[in-house]
Parts: sequence; C-alpha cells; structure tokens
Amino acid sequence: MEMLSGGDILIRSLQAEDVDFIFGYPGGAVLHIYDALFRQNKIQHVLVRHEQAATHMADGYARSTGKPGVVFVTSGPGATNAITGIATAYMDSIPMVVVSGQVQRHLIGSDSFQETDMVGISRPIVKHSFLCKKAEDIADAISKAFYIATTGRPGPVVVDIPKDITSPTDLVEYEYPEEVAIRSYHPALKGHTGQIKKAISLLLAAERPMIYSGGGVIQGNGAAMLTQLVRLIGAPVTNTLMGLGGYPATDPQFVGMLGMHGTYEANMAMHHCDFILAVGARFDDRVTNTISKFCPYAKIAHIDIDPATISKNIAVDVPIVGPVDNVLTEMIALIEFELESGAHETKNSLAEWWAQIEGWRGQDSLKINHVAGEEIKPQQAIEAVYKVTAGKSYVTSDVGQHQMFAALYYPFAEPRKWINSGGLGTMGFGLPAAMGVQMAFPDEVVTCITGDGSIQMNIQELSTCAQYELPIKIINLNNRSLGMVKQWQDMQYEGRHSHSYMESLPDFVKLVEAYGHVGFVVDELDALVPVLEEAYSIRDRLVFVDIRVDHNEHVYPMQIAPNGSMRDMWLRKGVRT
Amino acid sequence: MKRIISVLMENEAGALSRVIGLFAQRNYNIETLTVAPTEDITLSRLTLTTFANDKQIEQITKQLNKLIEVVKLVDLTDGEHIERELMLVKLKATGSQRAEIKRTSDIFRGQIVDVTHNAYTIQLTGNAEKLDAFLRAISESTVLEVVRSGISGLSRGEKILAL
Repeated sequence: MEMLSGGDILIRSLQAEDVDFIFGYPGGAVLHIYDALFRQNKIQHVLVRHEQAATHMADGYARSTGKPGVVFVTSGPGATNAITGIATAYMDSIPMVVVSGQVQRHLIGSDSFQETDMVGISRPIVKHSFLCKKAEDIADAISKAFYIATTGRPGPVVVDIPKDITSPTDLVEYEYPEEVAIRSYHPALKGHTGQIKKAISLLLAAERPMIYSGGGVIQGNGAAMLTQLVRLIGAPVTNTLMGLGGYPATDPQFVGMLGMHGTYEANMAMHHCDFILAVGARFDDRVTNTISKFCPYAKIAHIDIDPATISKNIAVDVPIVGPVDNVLTEMIALIEFELESGAHETKNSLAEWWAQIEGWRGQDSLKINHVAGEEIKPQQAIEAVYKVTAGKSYVTSDVGQHQMFAALYYPFAEPRKWINSGGLGTMGFGLPAAMGVQMAFPDEVVTCITGDGSIQMNIQELSTCAQYELPIKIINLNNRSLGMVKQWQDMQYEGRHSHSYMESLPDFVKLVEAYGHVGFVVDELDALVPVLEEAYSIRDRLVFVDIRVDHNEHVYPMQIAPNGSMRDMWLRKGVRT
Repeated sequence: MKRIISVLMENEAGALSRVIGLFAQRNYNIETLTVAPTEDITLSRLTLTTFANDKQIEQITKQLNKLIEVVKLVDLTDGEHIERELMLVKLKATGSQRAEIKRTSDIFRGQIVDVTHNAYTIQLTGNAEKLDAFLRAISESTVLEVVRSGISGLSRGEKILAL
C-alpha cells in the first residue's frame, strides 16, 4: 500500500472525488496542506480575499454545476469567516465540503493561537462534520463528507483537520475507499408508489389544481420532469424564489413566483386552488404568509427528499418522501397510463380555472409605472439586462430589493441559471457566487445583479476577479439606500429611515478601475440599453455598470403581514387587494 | 404531554452534542436525559423525556432521525413500556427521625446505602411519579441533597430497539 503524509492524503482524496476547484485562503494550520496542494497540478486553487467569499464561490459553483463546492480555510478566524457561507449553503441545501485547519492535537482545548472549536461552532449549520483524530482518518472522512454532502437532501459538511496529522514527515498507508456505507444514513431512493397513486387521484380529480415547486426541483435535477408533468396535466405552475427556472418562466402555464413578493395571479391562484402538488418546496414563511389562513380550500400532496420538511409548517394530506426526479418520473408514467386508459380527462376540465387565472393575470401586477424624464426604475434596469442578454445569462444576486426585481423581471427558462441566497438571505453573496459560476463556465455570460449596500459586503473580491480574469458583469442598482430596509420603514415605521441610507458611497467606476476593471454609470433611461450593450460586448473584462435608479421605488406586489393570507397584497403604493 | 424518546446512536465523540444542540436550536425542551454505551460498544443508548404535542413530537423524531449518527429511535410513549429512574437522596437523620425515615423508605422499597450519625443516603428506583411521591412523603425531613438519573426505558414484550 502507498505511504503518504496526511496533507498528501487530503489532496489525493479530493482528486479521487474529481474536484476541479478549491476556493480558499492559506494560514498557519493549513500550511502542510497548502504545500501538498503546491506539489500537484490536477486541482486548481482559487485564492480569495476573504474566507466568506470562498464559501460563496464554492456555493455558486455548486448551484450552477450540481457538483459539490470545496473550500479550504485555516483555523480560528479562517474558520469563523467561513461560517456565514456555510450557513447560506445549509439553508438552501447546497452540497459543499469545507476543510478547515485545526491547531495541533496537543494544543486543542488550551485556547492556543488561532484556535476555535470549528466542529462546535458550525454544528447547527452543517449537515454533518468530522474532526479527524489521525492521518489514517482523513481519506475515510473525505469520502464520507462527499457522500453525505451530495446525497439525500444536500448540504455542507465540515472536515476539521489538526495541523500535526498533515505533517510531511509522518507517512501512513493510503487507500481511497471505493465505496461508502454509513449504517445510520440511508436517504430515500424512490417514493412510495401507493402514496404517489393517492396524489395522482387527487391531482386528476381537482378542479383547481396548482403545482408549487421549489429549490428541490433545481437541486434534485427534476426540472425536465416537472415541465413534462405540468404540460401533461395542463395545470398552472408557480415557483418559489429558490425554484425559479424549474419551469420555463416565459411559458403561459407559468403564473410567476409566489409568496411575499409573488405575482398577483400566483398568490390568488394558490389561495383559491383546491389541490396543491408541492414539489421540492418547504412552505417557508415567506411563501405561506399566515399559516392558519394558508390555502383554505386545498388538499396538499408534498414530494420532498427530506421527511422532516413534510408537514413541518403546513400539515399535508399525502406525504411522498423521495427524490423529485425519480418520483416525478414515476408519477408521469402512472398518469400517462391513467389517461390512455381513458379514466380521466384533464385539459378541458381546467378551462374554467384558467379563465379565472387569466382574469387575475389581467391585473398586470408587474406593470412598471415610469414617468418620462424621471429616474430609471430598477425594474426597467432588469428588463434591459434581460433584453441585452437575450435571457441567456447566469444571474446571481445579493439580497434586498434588487434580488426581488431580478426574480420577477428576469424570467428564467432553465434551471441552475438563477443563483441567490433565498433561505439565509446573505448580503455579499452575489459577487463571489458569480465568480464560482464563471470559474465553472468560463465561456458563459455571468451577471451579478446587486445593490449599493450588498456589493460593499464582499467588494474586496474585485481583486480576485482581476487575478483570475473573470469577465463578470456587475449590475449595480444604485438607489443610495438599503432599499428593502427603507421600504419596510416607509410602510411600517412612518418613513423613519433609521440607518437605511448609504452615506459616502464610493465612486464605483473609479473603484473598479483601480482593480483594472471597466466601469460605466447610467443615469438616464435612454442610455440604459446602449450602455448595457457595450458592457456585454466586452467579453474579456469585468464590467461594473452603476445604474442610478429611483430610490423611492418599492417592490410590489407585497403580501400584507402579519395576519394576512396568500391573497392579501399591496399591489402598488396605497393600493391593496 | 410527556414523551419518552429512546435513541440508538453511534458511540462517537460529538454525537451527544448534536442531539442536545438540535433540541436547543429548534426550541424543543429536554426534561431528562440519560445516555450510556450498550452491549455493543459501538452504540450508545440515549433516553430523553420532553413535553410535546403530536405535531411537535413528529418534528422532533424526524429531526433526530436526520442526524447522521442516529441509527434508530422510538417514541416509547407510543406503546406499552417500562420506565425507571434512579434517585439518591441524602437526608438529615437524627434521633427519632431515623426510624421514621427508615419506615418511609421501606414503604417505597428504598435502600439505605450510606449511614452516618446525622444522615442517611437512600437509593430509590421507579418511575418518576414514584420518586416524586417519595420526596413528598419525606417533606417533613431535612433533605440535604437529591440526585436523579433521568428516565431510562424500553418497550414491553418482545419489541426491541436494535440495529
């Protein structure tokens, strides 16, 4: 058997997992590991400027490719800086393996330099974690970490490795495990056919069915099956913020995103439907509004890989535990059989339901009210980006108003193209996530839609973009405000703008130029499309487009909380349902 | 209502902290907790009691099952079961009190396991209600110290929790 050091075992194990990128930052506790990394050329390491960005880059890489993202951080502050990114991945069920250095074993627990209890500090935000006690444990821990991170409901896994077990002078036997078996971990591989049949009878009998799909369809590679099912049934479909791209958003059967900032027709249809097929969605509080008033007429069937998600917030009638791709495939086959046998008619019987939905759609809840000569509306900026990129760009976003505008005004035709922090809502996510996507797809157009608040939370990564020549397009919806905070202050605090202004904003153009990038300012509507066209025509440089938008604009529709139901919405300033 | 959850889990460092962390993180309460390795030293058996309604207990058991190190678990209160708790009570015992305390202890089938001139230490096993009743019965005496193990339990009959 081969004899290797712990550091070499780690790198060889990652190679065995076909890792192509590691996003990381070196430091004392990982020096042996970084030396092992230096002595190989299969895996490319990407040096970030802050560990939080490393985790978001790995996250963006994972969301766009479906492969796990890999992160290296050192002990202590390196590990704690990674926490926000790990929590972000955990909330959105993103596969990630984070290798953190730990102080030498004999120093653990002695408050030594750069020591922190990484396994302890990350415990509530990881799917699992390992603390390797000896070099012989590393290969096994890595193989289990990848297996756990990528199977079942995916999530981040931390592997904490003390410095002394990676020492180049201590060689131990290395053999990478060919198979992983964990006796206490058996994720469901298929759904229960009896339950699937129950859901189908409810679905085919429903007069007002709704299909409500979430991030599970994206992460579970179920978009093609979902699309096939929706078309087969002829029912309306809505996506959560995380599920956008799970069904082509330009298709007439798509009624838009639902929830707090969902479209009028999506929320109305949910409220009035008599059956919901929930697919890889989790009835989040940003979707349901007041639980007790949620969808009063609906029976619910819920497909999810995670049994704990089923009936957690909303009690469902038909639980189906299983991977969405597999369950949907089985469901489609069974429905086709039912329809061929002539037991059911579908499309025609939904005509009345569709007429009602078309009525709601006629409200045109995403209409932009722009007065000629006034400041650019942020929604117009997103529409222009959509037009200039022909809807084909990867789009990452930060968190706030711009995130909602991007979700609502950039209709995604495919899965894995829309990348945002939906669960944790992490400002500072957008730029590093875009970098991870661009690393994975160097020839694709990658856009980061951000705001003047969010972009400054990881703006140091402009330096990393320069180092790796990442030609990301950053669209900054600059409203000189923390827009979403300001919106809530306008609506609920009588306009008292407590700390929601961004005073002394930098000159973003000069700033990006200092890093060697290209910058543009847009402050009038006529210039919007031409400048964007110019920006996107530059294929080999990062371009930052600073768009001055109306700082008084709010995101609508907006569900009325607390105590509102799905159908209670503000449609415009002062206009409610 | 009170629920007794019995968990079979990997006997590994950190496994217990994941269980306890889960309860804190998800705002569930732990009333009692007891844990020790089983006849198979790779496994630990943990028994915990919590107050929860049906919906909450469904979430608690599902979330516990998600922990990688949890092998199997059962809600003992779902069926007929045996539960036991061990209590050690140190009482001030002087003069005429000594006989009275001994009598009460006998009624509860307790054992005096340590004796000094001024104190008795009584060992008592039973379900939680019996131990509570004993503490009420000796409320006239001066209790110096009480230590309880928390509840352990298993299902009645041939039903077992095993790999």
